[in-house]
Amino acid sequence: MAETLEFELVSPEKLLVSEPVEMVIVPGSEGNFGAMPRHAPMLSTVRPGVLDIYKDGKVANQIFVAGGFAEVTEERCTVLAEEAVVLSDLTRDDVEKRLQAARDAEQEADTDVEKAQAAKNVAVAEAMRDAIA
Amino acid sequence: MASLKDLRGRIASVKSTQKITSAMKMVAASKLRRAQDAAEAARPYAERMDRMLGGLAGSMAGLPGAPKLLSGTGKDEVHLLVVMTADRGLCGGFNGSIVRATRNRVAELQAEGKQVKLLTIGRKGRDALKRDHKDKLIDGYEGVGKKGLSFSEADEIAARILAMYENGEFDVCTVVYNKFKSAISQVVTLQQLVPFPVPEAANANEAPAGPKASYEYEPSEEGILAELLPRNVAMQIFSSLLESSASEQGARMAAMDNATRNAGDMINKLTLTYNRTRQAMITKELIEIISGAEAL
Repeated sequence: MAETLEFELVSPEKLLVSEPVEMVIVPGSEGNFGAMPRHAPMLSTVRPGVLDIYKDGKVANQIFVAGGFAEVTEERCTVLAEEAVVLSDLTRDDVEKRLQAARDAEQEADTDVEKAQAAKNVAVAEAMRDAIA
Repeated sequence: MASLKDLRGRIASVKSTQKITSAMKMVAASKLRRAQDAAEAARPYAERMDRMLGGLAGSMAGLPGAPKLLSGTGKDEVHLLVVMTADRGLCGGFNGSIVRATRNRVAELQAEGKQVKLLTIGRKGRDALKRDHKDKLIDGYEGVGKKGLSFSEADEIAARILAMYENGEFDVCTVVYNKFKSAISQVVTLQQLVPFPVPEAANANEAPAGPKASYEYEPSEEGILAELLPRNVAMQIFSSLLESSASEQGARMAAMDNATRNAGDMINKLTLTYNRTRQAMITKELIEIISGAEAL
């Protein structure tokens, strides 16, 4: 196997993934970027989208993240996700339901705080739907 | 002296109390395990967030463009205390020590002429503080983490606090919670949440930190910090909630262990009195029979 970097995916509830990988495609807020070994150190915000994890030259795993932060150093890539689900675990029905629920909540929200929260949830659910499509 | 029947009744009642307390102890012990695991699992996220923030905040602090969450409002007038207690009692000094620490802090701040606002999480704290600090209480959350603590609950509370901060309703926010030290010991901790306390070490090491300084930022340093800081507030609340719930179970376990032991002692004492009384009665009856026979 070629050179690898330590990839870590962490959610507030627990450490989800910690393993050596060849490359990770991270959905950065300013566009996707690939983190490979000896990448220049960077910090980026992450938008809701799919992480592609490459091993042995092909995609080994795809994980949906609902936004967060990514830290890349020469030998490591750490993604702090607000929520993470393995893409194959998502079903169309669940996502449609979630999107519907999020949209309903957005309609009902009356305070600014609730509205902002609801809008964020809708964006996450939409990204989830796009990820499966 | 109590009759034999009374004593039997008392022994039976203490025994059933003991059964309850020992069952509660078992429940608390298993909940403690779960709470500890949850607190453990949340640690990697907090550590990594600290690492990111430490470097970033150190280099941004003091710059004019720094976000308000980092630099503060420039005032120190209104203090918000977020008080974390349990929803339920029977856990020793757990709630009491938090309430006491809060009262002390409030008195301290008021002595300095500052305004204080209170936000409680957990029913017990609100009930206790309602008595003499009703005017300062802005709201109380209840039933947080009833079905296992989730990050979204912490996020909700954080959003509320941040919105208040944006509206200029307070200048400094501090969390009062029980830090989990071990199953039998909890430490009342006051932790400043807003503005973000820049770690001293990060400041001092800023210049020589070679690789740290060469980070590239996307979208920008300010942009990331503006997202990272609110997230950090939520994370801090989440981790103190986790600590608090682990502490609660630990405190309850210790309290119930004590209660079970005390009930055991009580049962022993009562049984001894019961047996003595019983023997005394037998002796008395015998004497009565013998002296009756002798009189004939």
